Amino acid sequence: MHATEALVEADRLMVVCNSCRYCEGLCAVFPAMEMRRAFPDGDLNYFANLCHGCGACYDDCQFSPPHEFDVNVPKTFARVRADSYKAYAWPSVLSGLFDRNGLTIAVVAALSVAAFVIGFVASNDPAAVFAGGGGPGSFYALMPHRMMVLIFGAAFLYAIVALAMGARNFWRDIAEPFATLAAAGSLGRAIRDACTLRYLDGGGDGCMNDEDSRADHRRLFHHFTFYGFLLCFAATCVATLYHYMLAREAPYPWWDLPVVLGTVGGIGLAIGPAGLLAAKWRRDPALADAARFGMDAAFIAMLFLSGLTGLALLVLRDTAAMGILLALHLGVVFALFITMPYGKFVHGIYRFLALVRYARERGAMAAGHGGG
Amino acid sequence: MADLTKKYDVLVVGGGNAALCAAISARRAGASVLVLEVASKFYRGGNTRHTRNMRCAHDAATKELTGPYTEEEFFDDLLRVTGGNTDEPLARHMIHESKAMLDWIAEQGVRFQPSLGGTLSLGRTNSFFLGGGRAMLNALYRTAEKLGVEVAYETEVVDLEIEDGMFLSATAARRDLAGYGRVVVYANALVAAAGGFEANIEWLKQYWGAPADNFLVRGTPNNRGTVLKLLLDRGVGEVGDPTQCHAVAIDARAPKFDGGIITRLDCVVFGIVVNKNAERFYDEGEDVWPKRYAIWGRLVAGQPDQIAYIVFDADSLDMFMPSLFPPIRALSICELAGALGLDPGALENTVTGFNAAVRPGTFDHTVLDDCRTEGITPPKTHWARRIETPPFYAYPVRPGITFTYLGTRVNKEARMLMKDGRPSANMFAAGEIMAGNVLGRGYAAGIGMTIGSVFGRIAGREAAANARN
Repeated sequence: MHATEALVEADRLMVVCNSCRYCEGLCAVFPAMEMRRAFPDGDLNYFANLCHGCGACYDDCQFSPPHEFDVNVPKTFARVRADSYKAYAWPSVLSGLFDRNGLTIAVVAALSVAAFVIGFVASNDPAAVFAGGGGPGSFYALMPHRMMVLIFGAAFLYAIVALAMGARNFWRDIAEPFATLAAAGSLGRAIRDACTLRYLDGGGDGCMNDEDSRADHRRLFHHFTFYGFLLCFAATCVATLYHYMLAREAPYPWWDLPVVLGTVGGIGLAIGPAGLLAAKWRRDPALADAARFGMDAAFIAMLFLSGLTGLALLVLRDTAAMGILLALHLGVVFALFITMPYGKFVHGIYRFLALVRYARERGAMAAGHGGG
Repeated sequence: MADLTKKYDVLVVGGGNAALCAAISARRAGASVLVLEVASKFYRGGNTRHTRNMRCAHDAATKELTGPYTEEEFFDDLLRVTGGNTDEPLARHMIHESKAMLDWIAEQGVRFQPSLGGTLSLGRTNSFFLGGGRAMLNALYRTAEKLGVEVAYETEVVDLEIEDGMFLSATAARRDLAGYGRVVVYANALVAAAGGFEANIEWLKQYWGAPADNFLVRGTPNNRGTVLKLLLDRGVGEVGDPTQCHAVAIDARAPKFDGGIITRLDCVVFGIVVNKNAERFYDEGEDVWPKRYAIWGRLVAGQPDQIAYIVFDADSLDMFMPSLFPPIRALSICELAGALGLDPGALENTVTGFNAAVRPGTFDHTVLDDCRTEGITPPKTHWARRIETPPFYAYPVRPGITFTYLGTRVNKEARMLMKDGRPSANMFAAGEIMAGNVLGRGYAAGIGMTIGSVFGRIAGREAAANARN
């Protein structure tokens, strides 16, 4: 039967929902459900990762608690989703990092920051660490560029491999053929749906907080966060190209492309996560998987700190604080990378893959071939 | 917290679609409005919570509707389902007004979507609420409260002071507030939109006798007809046959109240239906299901102990919309009879006799096909296929009562008419409490919501005009 209690409950709910179908216009989950009459674990994990947790179906449901049918799809799928992150983690011996995830990430981040600070101080003349100065090459005076590339390249590579392995586990679990990923139509549709957060809008009316007001701006703040993250990533890539192809060393002047990208991205990473965290606090507790609050909060906090320390470094790079701020920023970013496969970051990967599958199924339904 | 001590222009009793449309419409016309809803906030809205669409006339296809549905066609459908049991001028007025309803309801924040999966036959005629009836209610309540309509929950009207056809005051009992108790609410006009009496089993028994004990109520337990009875007792004219109701056959394992849509079963046409004596009693294939589902509640109510069993085989299992409870399953008809508590020999006989009577044909459940029986009574005139492929399945069914038709007589202004035919000075009615004016018998999907919205809007407008004169 089902692997976990949460999956048993998810199956029960899908039987209720498939008999009702009032919510089919709200998001992708319910149309995907309607293509099926039975719900094995792989499909439930697919639904749970397809669910954006907007909450509309809870407020619209005539059977949500206190009704005896006790239908709470957002909360149940939040639990299933978090369990699935753990199940797909690679290597599986590290899956335990998803338990008490908030604490884990906080410890890793603290250790990482401490390591960079200590490393800076230990490997340099203490005076140099506090010397300040923002001229070209001043960062690398504290940490050789090659060392930086080596450490971050390795962390990044590890994250990529672990995330890819997790994605592979998800794809296998939902039993979707590899060929789906090569279909341009499905991929394009999924990219559009993911980039616009199409299903985080409660069927077009904004996501829910409670039934009396729909003023919840998680989609906006998620855009700030997601695109802020992409811009910061782009800033790093451009800077790397500058370094190797143009032999221009950081720090760059404020008007130069890496700084502009990083500044705009950093602002996004400061505003977005702050808004998301505030929304999380305000959210109807009935909808939330309280046990996983730490995981969500930790990831949001890491993004926020990455943005904040980056901006602080930009503003104060000519002062004596530069050395410590650089260590702080690098420490946070390093921790962000190595914990990516073991935290909330994976939601983006699995949700995107679920959207790819949904795009394929929807296309097949429209063409009359049936789904799943 | 609504102030029950001040005098309002319009008092709306009830909290469903009709009540909220009346409240919004009265408030938009400038009246001060108080809504008294007996349910808690979660259960607010009576049977509207369980609805999903409304039937409105429209001259052209829209984003959500696949084609035009003219006033004339709507009226023809109404005439057909009621067998002529309708007040024609009132029905035509309602249908005409329904055309403006789609826009008006959307202006109140309610959103529509194309017809739901499994309801394609309604895609042209019926407008589905995005997220269903509770989503619709949430939108109406949001709009009402934004406009300044006062709403008191868990407040039941237990008495009405009416003098010579004129409403003076209502006595409300507030639940869960022992110290508060009863309060007399004054208003210049009354809109009664408090539903029917289908949840009042004692009242149903006056007409149905003991069988009513075996009825399941598909919607709210709050429709006990208190307000309807008060009005009829205080001189308001009565309309509709008290024995008439909208009832369908639902899963017998459903809860007594509030099971809603998910206990319905759409598989009658795929099998046979037997009573507790394992005998068939009606042509299961008389017509397409959307045109027949509404008769099966009464059919089952007419059987001993008000129970019946839909029996079909593995070939039909996936041909209809899934429902909440799984079918009872067995590898032979004998074993199935045992699981259902029926006489195995009798069920065996019925199935064997039915199978022998099935004529060859080409099965197509989307049209009135040529698969029928010969030589048995009652016949199955379409979709008759032998029940022979194990495993065999059955759903136990009971009458699921949705709403009642006994109501208050009204005119085109939704104004109540007194027993002597005079219009009431300041009392209006909307929704199920007056549905019998239009719907004397039968049912067409989504028409209950049309009655509620159209007469609710009219009642609110007229009550506001009345109150402010």
